[in-house]
Amino acid sequence: MIQDRINERSPWQDITEGNKIYEPATSREFCTGEWRTATPVFDKEKCKQCLLCAPVCPDCSIPVVNSERQEFDYDHCKGCGICAKVCPFGAITMKEGK
Amino acid sequence: METTYNFKEVMNKPDRLAPGHRMCAGCGGTIAVRTVLRALHEGDKAVIGNATGCLEVSSFMYPYTAYEDSYIHNAFENAGATLSGVETAYNVLKKKGKIKENYKFITFGGDGGTYDIGFQSLSGAMERGHDMVYVCYDNGAYMNTGTQRSSATPHFADTTTTPAGKVSNGKVQVRKDLAAIIAEHHVPYVGQTTYIGNFKDIYTKAEKAIYTPGSAFLNVMSPCPRGWGYDPSELMTICKLAVETCYWPMFEVIDGKWVLSYAPKNKLPIEEFLRPQRRFKHLFKKGNEELLVAFQAEIDKRWEELCNRCE
Amino acid sequence: MAIRERLSGNEAVAYAIKQINPDVMPAFPITPSTEIPQYVATYIANGEIDTEFIHVESEHSAMSATIGASAAGARALTATSSCGMALMWEELYVAASDRLPIVLALVNRALTGPININADHSDSMGARDTGWIQIYAESNQEVYDNFLQAFPIAEHKDVKLPVMICQDGFITSHGVENILLVEDELAKEFVGEYEPEHYLLNPRETMAVGPYAVSNYYMETKRAQREAMINAKKVILEMAEKFEKMTGRKYGFFEEYRMEDAEYAIVIIGSAAGTCKAAIEKIRQETGKKVGLIKIRVFRPFPEEELAEALSKVKAVAIMDRSEMFSATSGPLGAEVRAALFQAKSQAEVVNYFYGLGGRDITVDDFEEIYNNLEEMAQTHVVKDMYKYIGLRER
Repeated sequence: MIQDRINERSPWQDITEGNKIYEPATSREFCTGEWRTATPVFDKEKCKQCLLCAPVCPDCSIPVVNSERQEFDYDHCKGCGICAKVCPFGAITMKEGK
Repeated sequence: METTYNFKEVMNKPDRLAPGHRMCAGCGGTIAVRTVLRALHEGDKAVIGNATGCLEVSSFMYPYTAYEDSYIHNAFENAGATLSGVETAYNVLKKKGKIKENYKFITFGGDGGTYDIGFQSLSGAMERGHDMVYVCYDNGAYMNTGTQRSSATPHFADTTTTPAGKVSNGKVQVRKDLAAIIAEHHVPYVGQTTYIGNFKDIYTKAEKAIYTPGSAFLNVMSPCPRGWGYDPSELMTICKLAVETCYWPMFEVIDGKWVLSYAPKNKLPIEEFLRPQRRFKHLFKKGNEELLVAFQAEIDKRWEELCNRCE
Repeated sequence: MAIRERLSGNEAVAYAIKQINPDVMPAFPITPSTEIPQYVATYIANGEIDTEFIHVESEHSAMSATIGASAAGARALTATSSCGMALMWEELYVAASDRLPIVLALVNRALTGPININADHSDSMGARDTGWIQIYAESNQEVYDNFLQAFPIAEHKDVKLPVMICQDGFITSHGVENILLVEDELAKEFVGEYEPEHYLLNPRETMAVGPYAVSNYYMETKRAQREAMINAKKVILEMAEKFEKMTGRKYGFFEEYRMEDAEYAIVIIGSAAGTCKAAIEKIRQETGKKVGLIKIRVFRPFPEEELAEALSKVKAVAIMDRSEMFSATSGPLGAEVRAALFQAKSQAEVVNYFYGLGGRDITVDDFEEIYNNLEEMAQTHVVKDMYKYIGLRER
């Protein structure tokens, strides 16, 4: 975890040269799911795997594996609700709170 | 370049933008980044550039980068020049045999960094013909600093520097047509798009932009729920209305040939696009009917011009 | 065997660039540095070097593209002057804070306004706080020698900072002088192959550069940057020593000229040191007065303790500024040298002169007058006017 090496308590000697980061996608460690005020709920029974919900997610929180969408990534989903609006089958509903 | 689009196959490709970035819930800009990067072919490496803006301060907050690829942010007004340097370095290092891998160069800027402060740098990069794609995620105002007017802001929009007031109807001027201006640089590829249906339009344009040798420009309307004043969940509806009213025509210019990507069967009145947005609320006040007429007239004029170009 | 030539300062820099054969040079023309990119473009056109030239549309883009190329893993440089550097201002900070080993050939020219194309140091002195190493030259030979040392200093693992190689516009940039050039093979060997550890185009790892950093990281970042500048002092001397072994020409933070017994000293930067040396020889010959000179070569990092030590035995010092900083008191060199003397508890009398702004001449007679003034100050312990001008018309 990058946050074990560089964090807001790191002495200046531990700051990377020129603030460069030499590994990809460290943002995954930051859980934006905390921000949610509404939560999408996925109903697998109603889902026809049309995948229209997948590209509209601004937070890459609808993983697709072998052409099938998986459960939401609740660590990162911010609860915007775009996916629920595009679902033609009512397979995603928004519920209040986290 | 002919491309076939298999939506499910495309969605199987791994994301090259990681979650955990700090863009707002429902942000349209991030959708552009995800989609464009998805159009990279597997095995190809990339260097991603970025002008200062919402995307930059949210997607690379030290020490958290949201990119699976190498990434460079330099400043607000120089994403074009910065990636020019990266691309040129690649050509030299490749010539000298120091790198063997294939790299692609894609830079993102908001309309502030692209239409306005970074316009000169962009124009220079396009004119010199670097093999790169400049993607503008156009949300029609300086959103990172709190919705100030840009040259991409639509006519009459209520922004924090063109507020609608007792004697003001919002922004006085009409939008600058940047895609057309870049097309006039005689670059091999320009595309204008947004998010529609299964994302065929934006994905195929992104793929063409990336894999056409030389400079390419992609203008992506990227709604901003905070700046435009609509419920974040309505993003896809807003995009659809922008296209169906011809507010945001989708087209491409391939080697100077203008091609319309979509013509609505029944062009909707502009009110349909404007009404759901808080920034246009004042246009619907009694007595402001002529503003809507003027807005519609401008849309009609530009649509006609575009259709003529696309003959 | 060194190659004997007659070259202008701009030609000398271009020749050094040819020997180094760097990867990328984005540049935009501005007098008096324009010849440098012109020469490089000609080398490229004739297939003499592998460098890629980027015909940027401004100096801001020149430095932006240089930053992009350097971050990507290329050895990159540019050249500019005056307003060109002012347009790069923001990017100078980015180059330094990103810790990129870029080299900038700066041909010093007065900053506008009014527009003026002649030498003074207002461009580089204004950039003294940007985090760049700054190395100045008196002659064409020095600017060539400094240029060959620039990349080895910038790219050293303990430094990784951009370097500005400065010379006075027209005076050295366009003045043709005898020069000794290092043979190509030796020059190449001295500068070495650039092998960055981390870079954007490294196929073995990704790199992200240029983040937004909140307050909890910013101050630590700046402290780390300071460390690089501290390290640069050691590395600059190491490279000077290595260079001396190759050429026999000795360099340090500054040159001490007739300082071994000096009672009255002038501190100066750049080409006017040559005129000052002529004055020193004349005064010593005609009067026997013990006058000397310190010519600063490295202004960033600032050799504070070393300067104070070199001035520790003098009775009076004149600090010569070729730029204003409009503090209504000192010029930049005046302020920093006085601070160094104060810290060292120096008892010397000090005066700060402004000279040569916008290319105004300074003569041997002027230097004689300065030394006379120093002598009077030392005898009376009265400094009548702390901030004086050379060659200024006054009512």
